[in-house]
Amino acid sequence: MTGITITAKDLRKTFGTPGKDEAVALDGLSLTIREGELTALVGPDGAGKTTLMRLFAGLLKPQAGSLSVLGIDVLAHPQAVQDRISYMPQRFGLYEDLSVQENLDLYADLHGVPMEQRRERFARMLQMTDLARFTDRPAGKLSGGMKQKLGLACTLVRSPDLLLLDEPSVGVDPLSRRDLWAIVQQLVEDEGLSVIVSTAYLDEAERCAKVFVMDRGRLLAEGAPEALASRARGLTLTAASPPGLPARVLQARLMDARDLVIDAVPEAGNVRFIRQPGGDEAAMQALLGDIPVTPREAELEDAFMMMLHQQEGEAQAGAVIEPAPVALSAQDDKPVIVVRDLVRKFGDFTAVASTSFDVARGEIFGLLGPNGAGKTTTFRMLCGLLPATSGHLEVAGRDLRTARAAARGRIGYVAQKFALYGNLTVRENLEFFGGAYGLGGKALRTRIAETAAQFDLDLSAPSGSLPTGYKQRLAMATGLLHQPEILFLDEPTSGIDPLARRAFWRTITGLAGTGVTIVITTHFMEEAEYCDRIAIQDQGEMLVIGTPQAVRDEAGGGARTMNDAFIAIVEQHRARRDSGQVAA
Amino acid sequence: MAYLAQIIALIRKELRAILKDPSSRALLFAPALMQALLFGYGATYDLTHAPYAVLDQSRSEASTEITARLDGTGVFTRIATLDNTSQIAPQIDSGVALLVLQFQPDFADRLAGGATAPVQVILDGRNSSTAGLASAYVSSIVAGYNADQGTATPLTIVSRAWFNPNFESRWNLMPALIASLSMLQTLMLAALSVAREREQGTFDQLLVTPLTPTQILIGKALPSIIVGLLQSTIIFLIIRYWFQIPMSGQVWLMYLGLVTFTTAAVGLGLSISAVALTMQQAMLYTFILIMPLMLLSGLLTPVRNMPKVLQWATHANPLRFGIDLVRRVYIEGARFSDIAFDFVPMLVIAALTLPLAAWLFRHRLG
Repeated sequence: MTGITITAKDLRKTFGTPGKDEAVALDGLSLTIREGELTALVGPDGAGKTTLMRLFAGLLKPQAGSLSVLGIDVLAHPQAVQDRISYMPQRFGLYEDLSVQENLDLYADLHGVPMEQRRERFARMLQMTDLARFTDRPAGKLSGGMKQKLGLACTLVRSPDLLLLDEPSVGVDPLSRRDLWAIVQQLVEDEGLSVIVSTAYLDEAERCAKVFVMDRGRLLAEGAPEALASRARGLTLTAASPPGLPARVLQARLMDARDLVIDAVPEAGNVRFIRQPGGDEAAMQALLGDIPVTPREAELEDAFMMMLHQQEGEAQAGAVIEPAPVALSAQDDKPVIVVRDLVRKFGDFTAVASTSFDVARGEIFGLLGPNGAGKTTTFRMLCGLLPATSGHLEVAGRDLRTARAAARGRIGYVAQKFALYGNLTVRENLEFFGGAYGLGGKALRTRIAETAAQFDLDLSAPSGSLPTGYKQRLAMATGLLHQPEILFLDEPTSGIDPLARRAFWRTITGLAGTGVTIVITTHFMEEAEYCDRIAIQDQGEMLVIGTPQAVRDEAGGGARTMNDAFIAIVEQHRARRDSGQVAA
Repeated sequence: MAYLAQIIALIRKELRAILKDPSSRALLFAPALMQALLFGYGATYDLTHAPYAVLDQSRSEASTEITARLDGTGVFTRIATLDNTSQIAPQIDSGVALLVLQFQPDFADRLAGGATAPVQVILDGRNSSTAGLASAYVSSIVAGYNADQGTATPLTIVSRAWFNPNFESRWNLMPALIASLSMLQTLMLAALSVAREREQGTFDQLLVTPLTPTQILIGKALPSIIVGLLQSTIIFLIIRYWFQIPMSGQVWLMYLGLVTFTTAAVGLGLSISAVALTMQQAMLYTFILIMPLMLLSGLLTPVRNMPKVLQWATHANPLRFGIDLVRRVYIEGARFSDIAFDFVPMLVIAALTLPLAAWLFRHRLG
């Protein structure tokens, strides 16, 4: 049975007032989705994925076009559709003070699930999500991944004909992400459920039967993942980074050669890249020199990046930055950050357990881990925003928490979610932070002009209405205005699209090249490949510190990607700890 | 020099953030304007056109004369002339009449006979202060009649109110608004300033700059103080020139008091702000604080009338001294030496709350 679940024709949806602040979310989009399949919607931020999901669920009305869901005209009868579908929005409405079981009961009540069905359904959901042990725990006390699984369980308290999942894996650690997908795939296989999932992760889209690639409210491509991937066939290569040359330096070199290379990304010490079709062979030879290059299988991500780059065309999303040189202080061989036996407790909860590491000048140091692993706590202690419970901490020779104010002038800071004054313009934000760092007059004006040009910022734009990618650039600009020696970045790539992320890392690589030390947290595991060294934390404990290569080695042979390595290391650690507890 | 420049950058940013948004800009000045006018016209204890009814069973020259005098004052308006005693209660119960004046049938006879002739006044005591005022008026009118008839008691008391010759309650209330109305907004503005930054995550960004807690404190406090003083000025101008309440004291002394008072209020606000983790919390704390501050300020009820414990508690209330100071400078023309004591508690509050806020900036953990 391969019926049709959804038929959409010429959907158009805009927000705001026409002619004033109109934003087009969907621009004449048509598609057909088949029944009983796992379907993915992928695309950068602002592609219109969430809007489309909400249209499917009958929660929004389009300005034009027709839409039929499960054979029902959803525009005319939204309630009839809503009775038969389940929709999990990005932020699922769990009641944080209610327990896991009470949340399930509540949603079963809301959906009018008969009592006799509940017991069997709950048991199945709790078993699939592995939440049976936590039924009495308040939902607010669950980890990010467990919350998301509970959200899915609540969505599935009844048996729908169609399941809509809007970015279910955002902010979820790799292990929980894997579990979540296992549940969804099981549902499709066992119950023949139709599932539509929007996602920013292309490895997730690769597991789906069909993928729709969206960009700026339009459909770029559709097809099976393999069919889409084949668009990049013959262009995908891996360059082996020679010893002594960090992969990110090679990656940056390749990225900068835009005539020859569409996209490049470091992986496992090498650089995966996509050639420009019809690029000059001789120039390519000159670029690579004697670096060995091997062809590799084209993946969905390659095709996706190709399509996005074609869309961007000449208007390059990423302003490539030549950072101004930094005045280096004398003690060059000494580490700029020293951490010894750092501990942070909140009450009887240990957020960070005895942690030690050094960071050298000009190094890119990555703190990785799932939500609640302790990376943000560690990060905040380094910046002097949080006192340590015990241990020794030195940043640029001082503990920033107790240091005189001037010491803080030597670091730059980019906050999570790019915290800026939204109702001020770009210029006013820069003026304020410049002033706070003691810049003034001509020096400040010059720096503002320089950074604005570097990051391609419109100084008169109100910063609150900037797209996320530009907010990130402004945050970077404010962090770099005073030319710091050390730059701290807290999840600077969350919520920004792949092209902007490439451009961002290009900036970081450039900065590190000029001797700026970078400390960065991220939950994108593949971004660890840009770092000189990374630290992986889980439940407050430092599991491993080392170069990406060393971390992969630690994880054992099977781990090709950092994602796999992360899962392996965390699972090994948890297994060791559990067996240790049994032994004790 | 660089120290000052950093503070100025912060102040400029704060003022921009406050004034840039049209809605918050309107919110700063419109309520002060509106409330000052509302209080001026609406909140008054003065009697004008107070409704009353008459039951004149005596129908004598004397009773007619007294009623006519009552009608002539402008304070009272006769709304009904009753025929029998059973009509009295409905008039009062329904709230139609504030008072009923009753002349007994033997009123004129007793008067003529040289006996005391009582005039009965039935008052609606549900609003005690208005009723008291009305009763006093009636008494004075009757006394006036007595005097004219030469039947007066030999001793009459002539009272003369100082500072407010006509006992206009507006004169008493309005100058107090210069302090109290602006405090509402100043407190809220200060309370939201840090809480908003914490909620939006910009406060961390501020803390990692080389700005010291003292600099942040000054940069946060001054804009709120400036806004508070602007509001006070608006209210002051309305009182002085729209309601034309004459000012006896010196303007500079009043402003010296207002600066001290507003600083103390901002100190309270910033302490709230530094404790609160979200804007919602900050707003809640402010609302909880505002009520006791207002009640224990002497704005509506004299501090003297409160139980001793509460009188002591008012020492922690900058508003009490702010109001006292402004009232006395404005109405009495008090000199610095007369009101110097008012400065002490306000300065103490500012000296405690401002450093507390600065300390909390870095030590309050989310």
